[in-house]
Amino acid sequence: MLRLDCLRSIYSQLEKCVVVTIMGAIAAELQSIGHRPNFFYLQHAMGLASSTGLGLALSLPEQTVVVLDGDGSVLMNLGTFSTMARYRPRNLLHIVFDNESLLSVGGFPTATATGTDLAQIAKAAGVPRTATVTDCDAFVVAITDALAAKTLTTIVAKVEASGPAKYVTDLTLLENRFEFSRYLRTLKKPLR
Amino acid sequence: MPVSLNSSKAIYAALKASGIRLVSALPETWLVHLIRMAEDDPEMTLVRLAKEEEGVGISAGAHFAGVGSAMLMQNHGFLASINGIVSFAFLYRIPLLMLISYRGSFGEKDPWQTQGGGVTEPLLRALGIPYFCLQTVESVPLRIRQAHELCASSLQPVALLLTRDLMWEE
Repeated sequence: MLRLDCLRSIYSQLEKCVVVTIMGAIAAELQSIGHRPNFFYLQHAMGLASSTGLGLALSLPEQTVVVLDGDGSVLMNLGTFSTMARYRPRNLLHIVFDNESLLSVGGFPTATATGTDLAQIAKAAGVPRTATVTDCDAFVVAITDALAAKTLTTIVAKVEASGPAKYVTDLTLLENRFEFSRYLRTLKKPLR
Repeated sequence: MPVSLNSSKAIYAALKASGIRLVSALPETWLVHLIRMAEDDPEMTLVRLAKEEEGVGISAGAHFAGVGSAMLMQNHGFLASINGIVSFAFLYRIPLLMLISYRGSFGEKDPWQTQGGGVTEPLLRALGIPYFCLQTVESVPLRIRQAHELCASSLQPVALLLTRDLMWEE
């Protein structure tokens, strides 16, 4: 399963959500499909995309917040599962693209390559809905169900360790940040 | 417990007066009253963390959404947050109002706190984070208001060090 195919298959649903991605391939691939003002790309601070999503979800209860995370990032902040589970906002969907690799720095294997199961960690931390999917059809079903469930969910999507040729895009970090925050503050009603 | 309730009340009132509506915290002795006040306040969202660096992301998310926030932590929590402060708050111009209990300074009796005390101010200076040592309860309302104002106008982290003189009654 390719992460880019996954992103394409849920893009129309992401259009209606407040979206936070991690750095690297996910940010570049989502931008290649189409940037929107409700998308924020956290191009560093590995591990904090889910924390940012939690802060957004608690502050914008009328919106659906989707975090597009990765195995390398989430392994740097496993405590985030227990914090998300503690407050379990109904409007937060946490998607972890697990390519078992730190792809952007040369493809070194992460601990998920040797058996660490992030969905089980999320479940054991108290995240009420968790699943692991390995093909794109199952991914779309899992995401659609999770958005309908209105319950904190972590979906681990096992994807190939491949990405775009380059990670730097022409969207500057601060342009993205200020566009995103300005857009959120204009929201009166849910995007969905 | 000789943690100053009077000073804690003054700090909490000043945060409320500045419009703070979300507080992230990791419990530490000097912060117990503040955390309880946040927990008991229906107007405040309290996020209890596993590790302080999470608070950088949570405050950023709240800021993007237009919600004022503050971080309550021990100085060792500040040390644990530095990557997030640099690679999120500075990189993306996120205002972080950090209230840091200043353990390990003059009067510290716990040996395990003493190394952190020695590096707190040098690290704040090295990072270019404006900070003020709160030592008297009388100074609390003005300095917290000023810290919040600087934080909001500069879109950068600002720290208030909660000293032993302010937080501990012996």
